[in-house]
Amino acid sequence: MELTLAIAIGVLTGSGVWLLLRPRTYQVIIGLSLLSYAVNLFIFSMGRLHSGAAAVLDGAGAINPADYADPLPQALVLTAIVIGFATTALFLVVLLASRGLTGSDHVDGREPH
Amino acid sequence: MLASKSRNLAGIIAGAVALACHVAVWLLYVPVRDNEVVRSVFEWVPSLGLSVSLRLDGFAWLFALLVSGIGVLVVLYARYYMSAEDPVPRFFAFFQAFMGAMLGVVISGNLILLVIFWELTSVTSFLLIGYWHHNQSARDGARMSLTVTAIGGLGLLGGVVVIGHIVGSYDLDRVLASGDLIRGHALYLPALLLVLLGAFTKSAQFPFHFWLPNAMAAPTPVSAYLHSATMVKAGVFLLARLWPVLSGTPEWFTIVGLAGMASLVVGAYLAMFQQDLKGLLAYSTISHLGLITLLLSLGSPLGLVAAIFHIMNHATFKASLFMAAGIIDHETGTRDLRKLSGLFRFMPITGTLAMVASAAMAGVPLLNGFLSKEMFFAEAVETHADSWLDTIAPYAAVLASALAVTYSIRLIHSIFLGAPPESFPRAPHEPPFFMRLPVTLLVIACLVVGIAPGLTIGPYLHIAVTSVLGSATPEYSLAVWHGFNTPLIMSLVALVAGALLYLLIGNYLERSDGPFLLSGIQAQRIFEQVMVTVSWRWARFVETNLGTRRLQPQLRLVVFIAFAAAFLSLFGGVVDLAPISLKGMDWAFTGMWAVGVVCAVAAAYQAKFHRLAALALLGGTGLVTCMTFVWMSAPDLAVTQLVVEIVTSVLILLGLRWLPKRFQGLSEATGPMARLRRLRDLVMAVGAGLGMTIVAYAVMTRPLPQTISDFFLENAYSGGGGRNVVNVILVDFRGFDTLGEITVLGIVALTVFALLRRFRPAPDTVERPEQQRIQRAYDEAHPDRQPGATAVDYLLVPSVIMKWMFPVVIVFSAYLFLRGHDAPGGGFAAGVAMAAGFILQYMAAGTIWVEDRLRILPVTWIGGGLLTALLTGAGAWFFGKPFLTSYAQYVDVPLIGKVPLATASLFDLGVLSLVVGATVLMLIALAHQSVRRLRASRIEEQS
Repeated sequence: MELTLAIAIGVLTGSGVWLLLRPRTYQVIIGLSLLSYAVNLFIFSMGRLHSGAAAVLDGAGAINPADYADPLPQALVLTAIVIGFATTALFLVVLLASRGLTGSDHVDGREPH
Repeated sequence: MLASKSRNLAGIIAGAVALACHVAVWLLYVPVRDNEVVRSVFEWVPSLGLSVSLRLDGFAWLFALLVSGIGVLVVLYARYYMSAEDPVPRFFAFFQAFMGAMLGVVISGNLILLVIFWELTSVTSFLLIGYWHHNQSARDGARMSLTVTAIGGLGLLGGVVVIGHIVGSYDLDRVLASGDLIRGHALYLPALLLVLLGAFTKSAQFPFHFWLPNAMAAPTPVSAYLHSATMVKAGVFLLARLWPVLSGTPEWFTIVGLAGMASLVVGAYLAMFQQDLKGLLAYSTISHLGLITLLLSLGSPLGLVAAIFHIMNHATFKASLFMAAGIIDHETGTRDLRKLSGLFRFMPITGTLAMVASAAMAGVPLLNGFLSKEMFFAEAVETHADSWLDTIAPYAAVLASALAVTYSIRLIHSIFLGAPPESFPRAPHEPPFFMRLPVTLLVIACLVVGIAPGLTIGPYLHIAVTSVLGSATPEYSLAVWHGFNTPLIMSLVALVAGALLYLLIGNYLERSDGPFLLSGIQAQRIFEQVMVTVSWRWARFVETNLGTRRLQPQLRLVVFIAFAAAFLSLFGGVVDLAPISLKGMDWAFTGMWAVGVVCAVAAAYQAKFHRLAALALLGGTGLVTCMTFVWMSAPDLAVTQLVVEIVTSVLILLGLRWLPKRFQGLSEATGPMARLRRLRDLVMAVGAGLGMTIVAYAVMTRPLPQTISDFFLENAYSGGGGRNVVNVILVDFRGFDTLGEITVLGIVALTVFALLRRFRPAPDTVERPEQQRIQRAYDEAHPDRQPGATAVDYLLVPSVIMKWMFPVVIVFSAYLFLRGHDAPGGGFAAGVAMAAGFILQYMAAGTIWVEDRLRILPVTWIGGGLLTALLTGAGAWFFGKPFLTSYAQYVDVPLIGKVPLATASLFDLGVLSLVVGATVLMLIALAHQSVRRLRASRIEEQS
């Protein structure tokens, strides 16, 4: 399980970085999305993988933290997902504005010579 | 709030404030007289040793008296000086801001606080000098003074931090008690140099004096107040304040003495040659401040007494001279000494006042300037240190005094005496009584102090001196007549020499274009040269040689640095990886990720030519991520990821329409260089991916150390009243972070909205999309169809279902929200889900249909949400708890049962509202672009 997720994170990062370095704005936005999946999964995996652990307290008695999934990375990732959406939106709008202003969808705002 | 022309009201308010300050200072006289230190302390950042600590001792009291007293007079003067066309309320607002900052400098009991007020005086001074901002010289002067004094302020901050480091506290009392410790410390010299940088720039001491004459572009009340009586005194105030701590060393004597003497002589010399009345006064101010600095450099208690005394005297006669200069400018329309002459016959009262004040400036007996100058001469003659500086001090003092006599005579002679003026823009006459009143009062003060110093200023000067020197207060006498001694001879020599000098070169001065000998060296020009070099040449050099405006190299650099940083820190040592075995593999999970990985790679491959396909593939990866969260016991994340996935797809779909068409094979670069570039990027991508894999695997196979998560798990229910720990962390334990985050979200949404308001699509995307054109052609070819009907009927069944789903989605969102504290859900997921509900309606029925039926005010949602969250947090204050403390209880609601009700839920409601607002705002703003375009093209069609 760990190996699978580690490889998955690696591939997502690789695809994201590849797209990040491409010249077209749309490629960069897709790349950033892929990269944010990878980063979210990476942060999430820092709490280790718990398959089938309880996510919600039963509310009675003392608690053994080992029985539960780690809530801290989850809280971090949850906000990261929402902020990720916001930045994607912002980038998309900047992309569109730049395209409207310059007529080009190249990241530098003009076609390479 | 005031009308921009309300001179009287603004003046009354400002004057009342200044007067109130002045009265308050007087009320504190009794405790201060009894050598008490009046204190008032609020804790600010106790962990950093920062407190808003106000401390009023005798010295601060005298300065506060001066600042507020002259403040009252200048407000009265400014009411008549400022023209009705000027935005006067703005002037008085800046003025009061300055006065507050200056009083703050004076009564700060904490050095950091003092620096903050110090910087505030620089900023307000900048605003006041640049008050007539349509005037080029005002803007230049303001910028120069800010640059110079802000550099000094930065130095002062550094010096204060060093002192704080030595003493272990920023508290002024403790610092003042640690003189020996500071002087003996290895860091004494750096601290001294930094503090002096601050003091010298502020008090316009050589070689930083050049900003003051340029600051004369300010309105004259500002020059009278800031640049003669108060702000420029802040530097010498600081020197006197820290005098018990820093003075008495050879370094102090040499550096401070040299700067003071240079300012004293050079200032007086340059003042002689000025043709601008205010310029003359400015250089004279530099010279007098140099005198004060020189007195402080001596390190003798008597020197300090003379310095404080001269600070007061200079403030009175120089402020009155500036005001008189303003009156002359106001009445004649010029400040040029070459044009002014014979004004005495037009304004005898003002003329008399100005003459008395000039005489005080020159040090004529029976005026206050004479007394402190006598004390200065006495100190200059005394031997304080075995140094050439000390030897030449008396000669420099006499020389500068003689020059002061010369420029004072020149001032009076060329303005008031001589032939009647030939041509003035306006016929000069006496100013209104109340405009002259402040000058009159100040000149009377000069006279009274000069004639009977012991009865007037004596007691106040004494408490100021005692508060600085304590038991070391020397015996001194403030009498006018000390007998026929050396200082008196020096005074007489200076008076006679100055008068003779004027007789000799008076005519030459009247005609000269610049100072003899020194005209080639202009500090202002050097300053401009430095500014151009640093801010333009060097900046451009760095930009052209080290920077690039292209995004790709920048991103490549970012990726490379991130990779290198991780690589060096992790693989410099050896990473011990757990043995890789396929035994524990979950093949279903692996299979799922095989799909996810293929989607990701395919998305990367397709993103250039097949955008829609890439988006769909991206969604595939997103779904697999979402399922991973389900698998790994993170239901909250799964829910959030799912709804966010939906809105992200919709968002990008909306954007796709505005991108240019691109066909495979047409625009692809296929040179060897392009191939090499791609190979390099591929290597970087593979390297980054491989690195992440190894790091992630290494961490995941390691046991989890003790973390703060255990605390959250143990206390979520008992402390936060919720069973969903993730949600409790978000809205309770780390509520402040969440507050910051939703604020960011709101700002991003507003930014998106603002950017789209000015959106201009590229020309090739303006016309209708191809599909719509085909549909339209079809409709027009059939006589029984309305044009556009196909587009309306398109996906009719799904759209009906989507409309019906609206209430369901809203209920689902409410459900997610309500259970959030105890079960997976919460404000973020609920908010995005509700936004998805809204956007579904837009997709199903079109923008116009929805907005005819539903008024959505996303900005209100954002503002309301943020306000709810803030008020919930602030609510805790009423119960004496820190911001965002939450309170939880279960409430029995009939029919529904036990419902967890925490104030954190209210906070979560704020989160929900803001997320709905932000998401909907972004989506709708983007969706509206198509409608706008449609409207525009319809107008075009009609015309």
